[in-house]
Amino acid sequence: MSDTPYGDDRGNKDASITNRKPAATLKAAPGSGEPKHSADAYLIGDTVTGGYGRGADILHACTIAVDEGQIAVIVGPNGAGKSTAMKAVFGMLNLREGAVRLAGEDITNLTPQDRVAKGMAFVPQTSNIFTSMTVEENLEMGAFLRRDDINATMEQVYTLFPILKDKRRQAAGELSGGQRQQVAVGRALMTQPKVLMLDEPTAGVSPIVMDELFDRIIEVARTGISILMVEQNARQALAIADKGYVLVQGRNAFTDTGKALLADPEVRRSFLGG
Amino acid sequence: MDLLNAIVAMANFVFLPAISYGSQLALGALGVTLIYGILRFSNFAHGDTMAFGAMATILFTWFLQSLGVSLGPLPTALLALPVGIAATALLVLAVDRLVYKFYREQKAAPVILVIVSMGVMFVMNGLVRFIIGVDDQRFADGARFIITAREFKEKTGLQEGLAIKSTAMLTVVVAVIVVAILFWFLNRTRTGKSMRAFSDNEDLALLSGINPERVVMITWIIVAGLATIAGVLYGLDKSFKPFTYFQLLLPIFASAIVGGLGNPIGAIAGGFVIAFSEVTITYAFKKVAGYVIPAWEPDGLVQLLSTDYKFAVSFAILIIVLLFRPTGLFRGKAL
Repeated sequence: MSDTPYGDDRGNKDASITNRKPAATLKAAPGSGEPKHSADAYLIGDTVTGGYGRGADILHACTIAVDEGQIAVIVGPNGAGKSTAMKAVFGMLNLREGAVRLAGEDITNLTPQDRVAKGMAFVPQTSNIFTSMTVEENLEMGAFLRRDDINATMEQVYTLFPILKDKRRQAAGELSGGQRQQVAVGRALMTQPKVLMLDEPTAGVSPIVMDELFDRIIEVARTGISILMVEQNARQALAIADKGYVLVQGRNAFTDTGKALLADPEVRRSFLGG
Repeated sequence: MDLLNAIVAMANFVFLPAISYGSQLALGALGVTLIYGILRFSNFAHGDTMAFGAMATILFTWFLQSLGVSLGPLPTALLALPVGIAATALLVLAVDRLVYKFYREQKAAPVILVIVSMGVMFVMNGLVRFIIGVDDQRFADGARFIITAREFKEKTGLQEGLAIKSTAMLTVVVAVIVVAILFWFLNRTRTGKSMRAFSDNEDLALLSGINPERVVMITWIIVAGLATIAGVLYGLDKSFKPFTYFQLLLPIFASAIVGGLGNPIGAIAGGFVIAFSEVTITYAFKKVAGYVIPAWEPDGLVQLLSTDYKFAVSFAILIIVLLFRPTGLFRGKAL
């Protein structure tokens, strides 16, 4: 926001003349300028290096990939660049090196919106629902790019999250934390994505709700949708992961199957608390 | 009988004028609130957008009148309205492309856009005065009254007359239709819902594939329509003078803020709150008081404030609301 002189608010707090609700903060910053062709994972952020704006690099030759119908989980200590890695894959980070490919196609230079059209869906960690709109309208907005009949997909979402069907006429902002996350995931599923990217889907929900959300995420993966997610609850997340990435200071520290990482004594000692 | 006379006098001098004035304010405030919700700043140029729309409609009305076209009892201006809306839409879209778009791309802070809109206001103000002049313009034709005061007196045998101006009636009918269409559009259509989504959460709207430039364009077109209709109705009901439209900015903003900026229902409620307060506080109650309390012979006019101070009413309400309930009566929220 503040890279330009126009972003200077000069301490203005008067909501009667300026709407305090934040305007868009996401900035498209795709592209490393170097196409690369290497691995053949379904979605891969291949040895990406980059950071926000003109700032210092946050990711250093970091590779994140997910195969069709699999669950890949990114874990790591605070400030390791987990969410940043997701943003790099979704085209919201300035890449200086490396490439992002979807089904073999180089999408490094596409804007986030174009990636949505290509079959990627992203659920941000916070403000991931339209609070003033009903649950049903949230789902409709998720399917905004589709011109065909969306009723079948909506039924699928309601089958996956039955509680949403009961609350479909209720404003999404009135729901509980766990139900909001369900709306957020449901909205993302409405585009019929091939890859679903979740940024800490269980942040701020109770342990019981968390278990249920993980169950639903496994169900989604079984329908053939690849899932790439960042998680704070490393133990539970790695237990359901086909592939786990442990990031430390923007670098790949450990990469293996979820089970192998859980069993790895060094990973256990440094990240899982013994 | 005296009580009936009092009620008729109140209806004639307070309720009817307040309802038509309130409808005009509500339409104006809806435009302000839409811009606030979608583009996230208070558009100070709204009063002059109304003036421009009314001016374009008046010029085309005169052209139609010179051709001998008329709508019978209805004002010819209704026929010219679509042309006025189209001209205003072109103007605001051109202004958006030339001015606001630049600041949007810079991700300028909303307060900068507010100041920019003031600049646009002065330019539009000058443009309108340059084209049509600064004087009062009359363009109303068709029937003046649905019921005149004398007809009412003869039919009911009351001392007080109730005159229903056709323009006042037209204002209310048109406002109801426009508001119904607007709410249907925002709540039922895909495009309307995408506007509400954009207003609610811009980042998530982008992630859902909603095209921001399209949302902004549609918003400007709707705002041009609302401003032109409000401007023409006000001009028909009173008269057209560029300066009064500039002054209308205060009651319009007061309406939008009292109702809760960004909330369309609030804008309508706010319009009526402001209109009723303004008319009631500046009305001389001497006659009504005479009917209700025959024994009382007040010396003055029993008027709380002279009509010259009517803007003070909007301003006072604005300040009271900002002090005690800054979010407005209806909790300003997303569209």
